[in-house]
Amino acid sequence: MPMDAYIYDTLRTPRGRGKKDGSLHEVKPIELLAGLLRELGRRTDLDTSQVDDLILGCVTPLGDQGGNIARTAALYAEWDVSVPGVQINRFCSSGLEAANMAAAKVASGWDDLVVAGGVESMSRVPMGTDGGPMAYDPRVAGQVGFVPQGIGADLIATLEGFAREDLDHFALDSQQRASSARDSGWFNRSVIPVCDPNGLPILEQDEYIRPGTTMEALAGLKPAFATVGEMGYDAVAQLKYPQVERIQHVHTAGNSSGIVDGAALVLVGSEAKGKALGLKPRARFVSGALVGMEPTIMLTGPGPASIKALKKAGMAVGDIDLFEINEAFAAVVLRFMRDVGLESTDQVNVNGGAIALGHPLGATGAMLLGTVLDELERRDLNTALIALCIGGGMGIATIIERV
Amino acid sequence: MALHYDKDAEGIVTLTMDTEDRPVNLIDEALQVELEQAIEKLESETSLSGVILASAKDTFVAGADMAMLEKMSNPTAAFAAVEGTKATLRRLETLGCPVVAAMNGTALGGGLELALACHHRIALDRPQARFGFPEVTFGLLPGGGGVTRLTRMLGLQAAFPHLTEGRTLDASSALEAGIVDELAPDKEALMTQARDWIKPHHESRQPWDQKGFRLPGGGPDKPAVAQMVSMATAMILKSTRRNYPAPMAILSTMVDGALVDFDTASRIESRAFTELVTGKVAKNMIRAFWFQMNEINKGRSRPKDVPPQQVHTVGILGAGLMGHGIAYVTALSGIDVVLKDVTQAQAESGKERVARLLEGRVRKGRLTEDDQQTVLERIRATGDVADLSDCDLVIEAVFEDREVKAAVTRETETLLAEDAVFASNTSTLPITSLAAAAARPENFIGLHFFSPVHRMKLVEIIVGEQTTPTTLAKAFDFVRRLGKTPIVVNDSRGFFTSRVFTTYVDEGMALLKEGQNPRAIESAGLQAGLPLGPLAVSDEVNLGLAVHVREQTRKDLAAEGREMPRLASDDVLEILVNQEGRLGKAQGAGFYDYPEDGPKALWPGLAELFPLSETQLSQTEMMDRLTFRQALEAVRCLDEGVVTSVADANIGSVLGWGFAPFKGGVIQFINDRGLPAFVARAEALEKAYGAQFRPPESLVRMAEAGETFG
Repeated sequence: MPMDAYIYDTLRTPRGRGKKDGSLHEVKPIELLAGLLRELGRRTDLDTSQVDDLILGCVTPLGDQGGNIARTAALYAEWDVSVPGVQINRFCSSGLEAANMAAAKVASGWDDLVVAGGVESMSRVPMGTDGGPMAYDPRVAGQVGFVPQGIGADLIATLEGFAREDLDHFALDSQQRASSARDSGWFNRSVIPVCDPNGLPILEQDEYIRPGTTMEALAGLKPAFATVGEMGYDAVAQLKYPQVERIQHVHTAGNSSGIVDGAALVLVGSEAKGKALGLKPRARFVSGALVGMEPTIMLTGPGPASIKALKKAGMAVGDIDLFEINEAFAAVVLRFMRDVGLESTDQVNVNGGAIALGHPLGATGAMLLGTVLDELERRDLNTALIALCIGGGMGIATIIERV
Repeated sequence: MALHYDKDAEGIVTLTMDTEDRPVNLIDEALQVELEQAIEKLESETSLSGVILASAKDTFVAGADMAMLEKMSNPTAAFAAVEGTKATLRRLETLGCPVVAAMNGTALGGGLELALACHHRIALDRPQARFGFPEVTFGLLPGGGGVTRLTRMLGLQAAFPHLTEGRTLDASSALEAGIVDELAPDKEALMTQARDWIKPHHESRQPWDQKGFRLPGGGPDKPAVAQMVSMATAMILKSTRRNYPAPMAILSTMVDGALVDFDTASRIESRAFTELVTGKVAKNMIRAFWFQMNEINKGRSRPKDVPPQQVHTVGILGAGLMGHGIAYVTALSGIDVVLKDVTQAQAESGKERVARLLEGRVRKGRLTEDDQQTVLERIRATGDVADLSDCDLVIEAVFEDREVKAAVTRETETLLAEDAVFASNTSTLPITSLAAAAARPENFIGLHFFSPVHRMKLVEIIVGEQTTPTTLAKAFDFVRRLGKTPIVVNDSRGFFTSRVFTTYVDEGMALLKEGQNPRAIESAGLQAGLPLGPLAVSDEVNLGLAVHVREQTRKDLAAEGREMPRLASDDVLEILVNQEGRLGKAQGAGFYDYPEDGPKALWPGLAELFPLSETQLSQTEMMDRLTFRQALEAVRCLDEGVVTSVADANIGSVLGWGFAPFKGGVIQFINDRGLPAFVARAEALEKAYGAQFRPPESLVRMAEAGETFG
């Protein structure tokens, strides 16, 4: 890279249950973003006219979050009118993709200071409402072999021999780790409460976590994808995986990511711009990578993307202190571990993940970046790798290092 | 003239279709030209109050002319042709005055499309009349506006099954489905009702030509509908495995068309139709299921100079699986049956199974309770062979054993009239050798029914060395009377169907023996278009039976001083049957386990007996091995005169063991591939896997001469 791109700050909203009874259902996505933008400006004492771009991920960009919500949010938060904005969509990785794009712009010298992040109010704009030919155009879906992600996750578990108990065990860990991290205040540095116009708090902490989760309770949940699988999607997957006699439906609401509302931001800039604005760099981007994989199984990207990012950085798995892998489904993380040769979860998702906390599609990647950086600092470790699986069979990985 | 134009005093024009030289009206070039002329005339009428579309035949319009469709191979010409037809229909529905279809009978395919272009549809309520879109069964879509109009009439969800399943409805079901608007009790009422509908309507427009038209149930941009479309896509992939392009093309046309205006949707439909009609699958299916099927059912393989033969009473020996099935279909076709087994009780139990099949038919509304009783009364169950004396056809369906069959032949034949025909339902034993036990071998013939008899449409008629043309004609006419399709084959071990089918299961077992993943083998069979994988179908047929047949064959050949070549499947069966005692589905254990509380699953023990090879073959490689064995064996059967027509081979393969219908049968499979490409591939397979893949010389010659199987 011609020059280094640094992370100066990370912040996010708490994650609210992505349903009508979720605390953030009453809050429009633009308000989630505006709250964070104002707070970022305040706590870094930012001259917003110095921001070259605002890049925000959003996976279902219509209605409340349509029409280029990034530029809209910058204007609504009363940032300087010179701040442009763009909304991007690389499905579930959009928040991390936004950060990587910001880093690439800074590293290349095109921009000096970029705010990246993402937003998704899944309770207000449900997943899938934007349609799209990959899932909904018969000719396209038929040729590509589209199946819902859960079928892909179940297929991974079937091929890898992950039993329901393995996945539930992983889910239980996620709940316990997330619950302990929240209660210990380890998320506090990044989490900004969502308040109403009177300053009254609407949601102060992540609310999706179920601290009392037990193996028995998890074991009692019904497989989420058995019915649609039986109706046809299993057969679609088997056309590509003819050696699979029967897809084991082992994913449930308990060992898959939660549907939540939330937003996140990351302040990315060059060394010179940081100095000029009096900002203290927290970490630098070491490398980032994207891969495309077989789209029907869809969710096998994190391993290969990570290997590609490590190679680019001249690093080995052993050089990474913490791994933050999006828990879209438990099998995705287990498969990642197998792909990169990790035998225990000691360094993986140490404060839990989307199974416990939820996965606000467009924002998650940026949230993971902030969560793992906070934890590196808390533990005084140096390197972290963040990876997510992505719809359409893609994968993304980013490596950061504290400075 | 195919179309008569009559204008009455009230300004109503009746267009009556009456295609010359045809028993039914078809949408052919002549009718299309005349329809266009008629519409030109209608457009120039000054005092037109309405139009009635009617038919002078017993049917309204039976469909499109298949010969015309079969010839369509140039996309430019096909697209222009279908667009032309549709432009005519569009002019009819936008005349401005009311247009009524007075359907006095069946309206299928293009015929129903014609009716949908009218503003109102009245159907004569008669039991024979059928309505629907069978296009998909020939690999096509309703390209004359059927997809576009029915989707707009009923909505995506309701139109979907009518367009993709190929089923037809009777008049009242068509009314219920909303395809027909009203029923008429008789022909006179039909025309009166048509006039009555026209009179109060001074102008008439289709719903989709009216302002504010909305698709019933909502368009595919509505999330709930989008979810349904996604599910329907998966269901189509599940059922077609991408082998049949038509259902997906139909769904795609429905969805794409629902997002745009009528005329654009109609053009999208024409493009999809063009793609299908000029494609290989439609050609294969039209050739097999229209032309070759008709050729067979019209008696191509029946002796020409023998007058039609009647059978009055059929004797059936053995009331087991096959015997009771044959009794059922025979009685159902109106023929008396004497069902004989060793004891009266065994015969009664066979009759009881027939009663249960009839009850099922009544439950489905396909038989009245009165008729059920009549049919059952046609069957006389007996344990006494003397009761067979009046039978003019006896079919033995006893155990597949020479001695047993010889004994019942001798015992029965002496009681029968001189001209009575004796048939064996053997599936494997050469007919000429069985006929040796008969005093009148010239009256002896093979009638190979398939299991389950009431569902399988094929009967393989086997002509022994001494079988006379009259015997053959009698058997042929009997099979036609049952409503089944007869193919006629000459005597050979395994005849045609068993002989070729055996190569499929043998190759499947060869792959297993080589250490290929058993599930991947099964998938390859399914992907190749067979209804069951080679291992699953072996379990169905029964592994024990397969071993028994082979031992019998070995003995027979030994008696002729010949040795039976040892097949890969002999080794596999030896292990499964003799070593492991796994006999098949009936015994609950074969290549699969059959748990009582769940679906069958491949037996895990296979992994130890046939460990996976390091080299796992691609699906394509396995599919080629599984299909080429069959196609090559079928060519050998043609060479040896076991089958004498390509039609018999193709239809026999599809109806007999379910060989890839989208390929149009086991010989058309070779045409589909192209003979030179097929021969080259067979030679490559021969090099890799052995002589079983060597292409016969006849085939190599045909390929060199640029010929195809006709």
